[in-house]
Amino acid sequence: MQILSVFISVVGGLAVSFLIYLGLNFIVSKTNTRWNARLLPYVFLGPVLLLIAVFLIVPTVLTVYQSLLKTDQYGLQSFGGLTNYVSLFTTGSFLQTLLNNLLWIIVVPALTVIVGLAVATLADRMGPKREKTFKSIIFLPMAISAIAASSIWKFVYYYSAPGQPQVGLLNGIWTGLTHAQPVSWLLNDTAHLNSFLLMVVVIWLNAGYAMVLLSAAIKAVPEETIEAARIDGANERQAFFRVIAPQIRTTIVAVFITVLITVMKLFDIVFAMTNGQFNTNVLGMEFYNQFFSFNNPGKASAVVVILILAVVPVIVYQVRTYREQEALR
Amino acid sequence: MTEIVPTIAKTKGAVSTKAETITKTTVPKKRPTLTIILGLVAVLWMVPAIGLFVTSFRSTTDAQTTGWWVALLHPFQAAWTFSNYTNAFTGAGGAGTGTSLGSEFLNSIAVAIPATVLPIMFAAFAAYAFTFLEFKGKEFFFAVIVGLLVVPVQIALIPVLQVYKAVTAATGIQITGTYPAAWIVHSAFALPLCIFILRNYMSTLPNALIEAARVDGASHFQIFWRLVMPMSVPALASFAIFQFLWVWNDFLVAYIFLGNGAPVLQQGLLSLLGQYGQGWNLVAAGAFIVLVVPLIVFLSLQRFFVRGLTAGSVK
Repeated sequence: MQILSVFISVVGGLAVSFLIYLGLNFIVSKTNTRWNARLLPYVFLGPVLLLIAVFLIVPTVLTVYQSLLKTDQYGLQSFGGLTNYVSLFTTGSFLQTLLNNLLWIIVVPALTVIVGLAVATLADRMGPKREKTFKSIIFLPMAISAIAASSIWKFVYYYSAPGQPQVGLLNGIWTGLTHAQPVSWLLNDTAHLNSFLLMVVVIWLNAGYAMVLLSAAIKAVPEETIEAARIDGANERQAFFRVIAPQIRTTIVAVFITVLITVMKLFDIVFAMTNGQFNTNVLGMEFYNQFFSFNNPGKASAVVVILILAVVPVIVYQVRTYREQEALR
Repeated sequence: MTEIVPTIAKTKGAVSTKAETITKTTVPKKRPTLTIILGLVAVLWMVPAIGLFVTSFRSTTDAQTTGWWVALLHPFQAAWTFSNYTNAFTGAGGAGTGTSLGSEFLNSIAVAIPATVLPIMFAAFAAYAFTFLEFKGKEFFFAVIVGLLVVPVQIALIPVLQVYKAVTAATGIQITGTYPAAWIVHSAFALPLCIFILRNYMSTLPNALIEAARVDGASHFQIFWRLVMPMSVPALASFAIFQFLWVWNDFLVAYIFLGNGAPVLQQGLLSLLGQYGQGWNLVAAGAFIVLVVPLIVFLSLQRFFVRGLTAGSVK
């Protein structure tokens, strides 16, 4: 029964969308040539502009507006100016969240690039067959969802009470090697240990992406430039840092930024593994908590606005790079 | 800008031949140590998943009393079973959201297929307009789309959810909890990237061909379907793979707009994960049920996947 309804809604949904274009085109084709040429771009573009306006641009404005509304204890909303922001920035836990987020955006993109670069460089020097196998293994987690990855890693970090058999891998190794008490890894925020353990998961997921892009960039470096450096007496390390690295700089920046954006809006992994508790909270998680757990859309919106403000430099950079490249065209 | 977002490569032939010459001529000696180092990294990368995979075939008692590595070391003393998979899939054993992963599997398919096809169709039309048509505000619209590439999805969730609810309150038509509610949000958020990639690809197609077709009296609609779409298949295919994986693996959007009305696999797995006290074996089986589709897509289409990632982003 469910299969049938799934089938009908899928086919129906696709058909309706297609008919929209067909209908619009039909109407425009009835006009004369001059109007046709003028209207046609908007037939092709119209639905997209509508979707983007309704689901991206207007909601952005509404979110900014909503962040200025305060919610009282009865759940009623009224204009509150910057109340939400003030109350966020004067709570210790939110400042911790910001600090955590800062840690994430420094550590994760950097380590992802380093791991990706290391594997790409090393694999590049192997036979094509081995290279392919190793790269596939590192790349594989990219296909996995954050929730599935959380299941995998939560099991690695799993804690059983002392005396119980440790079925989590990390505690298995830890108690086996040191005969010490098992550690509840995800509860332990000494020196942000649990946050770093969560970061491992994100690096595990994204290193393959970094590796593939960086590997392609390395392979695109002209062989002659490396040969020339070798002839001039450069060793492997110098050849890498002086010749290869500068030539793949833009790719490194690109990978860094993409991972950075992924990290900024990160939510699922923290949600599934610690629910933001034990000082592992991040902005994406705080947004969820404010909206769903504390039923405070104003504060949740304020969190998103802070998130967007943090991304603005990247947006500006994007548009500027795009403009520059268009000018070269 | 090509930096951030991959466009699609023409050929990879030149690259792979170069890789071979490098390995053959310059560094043949280093291979054993390299193989060991990379082998260790690869093992490190796989072990967490292997652990859960082994556990997915263990009995509840075994999974709670010994580490999974014990079962691997003494494979004949362990009680292997397939029942975790059947239990997770049918929802037996009181697991999950109350529905079964089986029905959630169907929900995931019902969300993922249209949420893959629709944005590509929408974006292809827009990309065609940006590439081959002249109109006012073209530059401006495209710059807006480029800027939107990096806007996080959270920005729209609250207002859209509130609008959905307001519409329901006014008209009585239930929107949240239905598949289209999720399709539209997924599509809207995929659009900027998809338009960007397809437009970059289409601008490499020979303009003369399109003009020739125009002279022969073909309409833009015909050119789009008969010429440009078939020629764009590589770009369409690699974006389709990405989009499918993203939607299939998404939790947040599906949870907010479908919720318990039509829970998807990720949500089912999450509620299993919340009950791992009942034994990791069930969570493990659930995780691999959730994994199997993206894994098949990934392994069978890896070539296009990599091509879509790398090309154009390199320079």
